[in-house]
Amino acid sequence: MALNVTDLRVYYRTLRGEVKALDGVTFSVADGEIMGLAGESGSGKSTLAKSLIRLDGRMRHVGGTVELDGAAMPLSDDDAMDEFRFRKVSLIPQYSMSALNPTRKIGRMVGELLDSRGERPDRAELERRLELVGLSKDVLDRYPIELSGGMKQRVVMVVSTLLNPSLLIADEVTSALDVSSQKAVATTLLGFRDRGLVTSMMVVTHDISLVYQIADSIMVMYAGRLAEKAPADVLVTAPRHPYTQQLVSALPEVGVRYEDRRLAGIPGSPPSLLKPPGGCRFRDRCPLAFDQCAEQPPFAEVAPGHLVACWKAE
Amino acid sequence: MRRYFGRKLLIYGLTFFVAVTINWMIPRFMPGDPVQSMLSRANVAQPAAVEAMRAHYTAMFGFDLPLWQQYLNFWGALLRGDLGISIWLFPTPVSDVIIRAVPYTLGLLIPSILLSWFAGNRFGAFAARRKWLDNTVLPVGYVLTATPYMWLAILLAWALGIVAGVFPVAGAYGFDLQPSLSWGFVGSLAEHWFLPFASLFLVAFGGWAIGMRNMIIYELEADYVNYLRALGAPARLVRRYAFRNAILPQVTGLALQLGVLVAGALVTEIVFSYPGLGHLILQAIQNQDFFLLQGTFLFIVIGVLIANFVIDVAYVLVDPRTRTGMGEAA
Repeated sequence: MALNVTDLRVYYRTLRGEVKALDGVTFSVADGEIMGLAGESGSGKSTLAKSLIRLDGRMRHVGGTVELDGAAMPLSDDDAMDEFRFRKVSLIPQYSMSALNPTRKIGRMVGELLDSRGERPDRAELERRLELVGLSKDVLDRYPIELSGGMKQRVVMVVSTLLNPSLLIADEVTSALDVSSQKAVATTLLGFRDRGLVTSMMVVTHDISLVYQIADSIMVMYAGRLAEKAPADVLVTAPRHPYTQQLVSALPEVGVRYEDRRLAGIPGSPPSLLKPPGGCRFRDRCPLAFDQCAEQPPFAEVAPGHLVACWKAE
Repeated sequence: MRRYFGRKLLIYGLTFFVAVTINWMIPRFMPGDPVQSMLSRANVAQPAAVEAMRAHYTAMFGFDLPLWQQYLNFWGALLRGDLGISIWLFPTPVSDVIIRAVPYTLGLLIPSILLSWFAGNRFGAFAARRKWLDNTVLPVGYVLTATPYMWLAILLAWALGIVAGVFPVAGAYGFDLQPSLSWGFVGSLAEHWFLPFASLFLVAFGGWAIGMRNMIIYELEADYVNYLRALGAPARLVRRYAFRNAILPQVTGLALQLGVLVAGALVTEIVFSYPGLGHLILQAIQNQDFFLLQGTFLFIVIGVLIANFVIDVAYVLVDPRTRTGMGEAA
């Protein structure tokens, strides 16, 4: 098992109290697995992604453990985490277009970054990997401003995976791109895994239809908790959790004319995470809710590799 | 690159022309008559002699010509390097008077501008990372930068010069000394230099420190910093990048502040009776000395323009983004 997360809790400190953005999350990602992580804004998916690499100043690790390749990650110890960052766990950020220092040539910046981590820069390997994503080695002698947005994103993808991390977190990498670039990025990510540059991958997105094309499994989050995790095709074709069902049915289908049939949405909105209600958090919006839902359902395995947090799912 | 500098030089040329024209106009449209004041200084009683002197002086300074003729003559003389003759120190040429004053002004200005910029940026960047320092430095910095130069100068002169008696408060060297290359003279020079320098330095220092502190805090929140941190880059590297990028607006700020600093130096010189250009300007105004006033202003305009040009060049060297812009329609 590459990644084991057990009962992870990460809260945000705010003036009005603690926002329980990640409230008891348990899952694992296998070696070689590409896991899609889906959910709406505020579901905690970005918090989860950030927690695994770097907590920002307002986030507090309240409980739970994370193990990567058998070693426990000291999430709340910023200095000790440096040992894991880049080498074991790496990030392709949402803001790839502005992730490079504007006043350094890219080659020099990469060299200085590797140097500062005590790694020896291997120019030939770097050029080979740039070629892999369709960039010429000339980009190393350029400033970020001389590249297009798509080129910058590809540079960031190469830099982030340079030390062959066990886990690569791709945080909303396709959100700002047009569909053909989305496709190219998705294919590149897949290529990284297939060439063994990256062992496992977590692809954070709100676009299930995109992640479905590259992910082995998809995990859906709702209001700081896990709703469902299943192999990608199972999750899309036969979801068990009522939230996933409604989420998937809200996706447009090819061939259907939506002039005739309105696309279904999910009525209501997620609960506040400042003082979340007890029990299942989807209860208020759920068409299947019944008395037992006042109690928190366990994230239980209903079929091999298929876990659901719902009393009605068994 | 050539187009960029060509355009810059054109703008500087235009600025120079306008500034020099205004310099020529200001003294001439001031109330008062310089020839009259020279005559009264000469203290001649006979009306016939006074008339003869008036005619002589008027013709010599060219005041009998029409204004446009005076203006053209002025440019002609200027291009020959002739700034005219001082009325106040008649008959010393203006260029001699200015050359004698310039070392004092530059000796104040250059160290105070460069040191305050350098130290202020270093200190601001340092303060941005320490909360207690930030909380104490920020208010002090705001007070310093909001202080008018001459007011701080008066305060320093009063506290360190008159009350504590540590430093002399007037002149560039002791009244009992003649300029020479002796230890005694150099020591006296340094002693007299310190207070005007300190008042210029402190005000500018506060401004730079605050600007840098804000810029560093802004840079440390930037995306590229978050990315580097996520890849475990040590704080040393992150700070180096942030400092390097935060300094860019400060370079622009230096270009913008030059004029203010020069003006500050002029009033500070007046407070300390320091014999630099500021002192000359005051004397020139009080004595209706058109040519000296013109010459001094001209010198300041040239100095500020040259300094701005140097900063323009420096900016091109430190910020690759300006260089990229030049390749296209700069």
